Amino acid sequence: MLELAARQSQLEQAASKLTGLVITVIVFAIVVSLAFYLAERTSERVQRLVKYLLFLAPALIFLFIGLIAPAIRTLYLSFRDARGDNFVGLENYVWAFTQPEILQILRNTGIWMLVAPIASTALGLTIAVLTDRMKRPGLVKSLIFMPMAISFVGAGIIWKFVYQFQPNDRVAEIGLLSQIAEWLGFVPTNWILTAPLNTFLLIVVFVWIQTGFAMVILSAAIKAIPEEILEASMLDGASGWKRFGRVTVPMIRGTIIVVLSTITIGALKVFDIIRTMTGGNFKTSVIANEMYNQSFRALNYGTGSALAIILFLGVIPLVAYNVMHLRRERSER
Amino acid sequence: MAKAINKGKVEAVKSHLSSPWASFVAILIAVLWTIPTFGLFVTSLRPQTGINSSGWWTVLTKPEFTLENYSRVLFEGRGATPPLSQYFVNTFAIVIPSTIIPITIAIFAAYAIAWFDFKGRNFIFFGIFALQVIPLQMSLIPLLQLFSGGLHIGSVTVIPSFGITGTFIPIWLAHTMFGLPLAIFLLHNFIAQLPRELMEAARVDGADYFKLFRQIVLPLSIPAIASFAIFQFLWVWNDLLVALTFGGGKRDIAPLMVRLAEMTGTRGGDWELLTAGAFVSILVPVAVFFALQRYFVRGLLAGSVKG
Repeated sequence: MLELAARQSQLEQAASKLTGLVITVIVFAIVVSLAFYLAERTSERVQRLVKYLLFLAPALIFLFIGLIAPAIRTLYLSFRDARGDNFVGLENYVWAFTQPEILQILRNTGIWMLVAPIASTALGLTIAVLTDRMKRPGLVKSLIFMPMAISFVGAGIIWKFVYQFQPNDRVAEIGLLSQIAEWLGFVPTNWILTAPLNTFLLIVVFVWIQTGFAMVILSAAIKAIPEEILEASMLDGASGWKRFGRVTVPMIRGTIIVVLSTITIGALKVFDIIRTMTGGNFKTSVIANEMYNQSFRALNYGTGSALAIILFLGVIPLVAYNVMHLRRERSER
Repeated sequence: MAKAINKGKVEAVKSHLSSPWASFVAILIAVLWTIPTFGLFVTSLRPQTGINSSGWWTVLTKPEFTLENYSRVLFEGRGATPPLSQYFVNTFAIVIPSTIIPITIAIFAAYAIAWFDFKGRNFIFFGIFALQVIPLQMSLIPLLQLFSGGLHIGSVTVIPSFGITGTFIPIWLAHTMFGLPLAIFLLHNFIAQLPRELMEAARVDGADYFKLFRQIVLPLSIPAIASFAIFQFLWVWNDLLVALTFGGGKRDIAPLMVRLAEMTGTRGGDWELLTAGAFVSILVPVAVFFALQRYFVRGLLAGSVKG
């Protein structure tokens, strides 16, 4: 009886949320249509102005309120104390670069930025080259690409189960990694608790997801290499390896760098995997996770903001490269 | 004719290149890539006692399956914690507006930047592209303060707080703001390539900028809109950070990912619930992904490599 009542109230809650959702979407559609309707009926001279107001202004306002102004304020807060009341100079930054725990976190982030992009790109490139020679690469590529659709949280659970360790000797291992270790004659340990190994085990999860991304992009770049060049190298008698090193890689160099820098940005900002798999414990924390803890657990906006700025400084050179790359491409067109 | 010969040659080169070894290694990697997900799926279908006493690979010899884990995790709440089905509804309530709103605003802006003649067009375009640098983390604290307390300069209230804390609205707005740079960039690349003759012919016919948008730009941009929609859908569905920050940990608006991340912390050993819950959360994005993979890949390529 009680259970029935509980189900009833669950259904009601769900129904009210979905109704709210439908109403929101309808209201939004009406507002947009109305704005269009009115704008179209103004005189041509007014339209010259109105068109900016309707088409461009909303985006600029959202970008200003959501990204530009907050970024400036975060910079400001990074020089102030926990509640943002007093100016403290560089104190928050000094804290970040002297506290042993934070130094550990910066080191971990460095490992992520170095290992994750190189591993994902190398694997992605290998698979792209291998599948390029296949007659029907569709299914293979889809399977490797699929983790891209899985959330970091979901992937975290999938891999936490792989790394599961059974401390009781008399009970069989249920984690695949522990079982494989046993089959190979090793004694499994509590993987997730073992630093610094655990950081690399978390990186595996990220690489598992990003390899598909690297593969798709690089595979398209390889397909775009003019056939004449490949043929010429074949006629010259270049072997598979030589062709790979002397033709394929140099031809797609630009794309490889873009893939590397994109994945590096992702690795720098990694948060969900850490949160799900270790909660940042056992010496696995990274900047993004500590930024969240400082800001919303310890409620220290000063140190939280300083960490966000450090993250930002790490991303800048990478995006600067991507922007330059884009500019060059545009001028070539 | 020349083309046919060329094609024959290319096929010859291709078949020479294709080796059974390459195929074998590629298939091996694909299998390896799928095993962890497959293990999760198998485990979610096993009874609790089986999960905790033997590895999932043993089902090959002793198969034993049940759907009980799914019914428990989806429909049985615990005290004040609602069952996962409620979080599933929340995820929908977050994802749909968080996809529709940024796309609408972005396609407007992309059209304006691509086809309106005004000074500073290039500056705005590169500025928006460069905004992708700003990590989410840079916006979290100020935006949260804005949503909860409004904006005041001295004692003057510039923006009131509207009392939206605890509703879905801050999450929708945050996703809209964070999704815009990429959305505008991708849609602009597409819209800027619409044939100039077509646009000018329509202008001569007396279509103003609004009609031009409705009758030509919008219908022609559907493929680009579709590819970005998939991106944004997957990104919002899979997001943890934004929902965690702007949902303020409130259970009645928290999406699946927030609940799952919480469950791994508090009920980390309940693998029968975790695996079933995780699989439920994976199902929708993976289905969308397989159904619309072509659009997804197209968007990905437009975003990072020369089109």
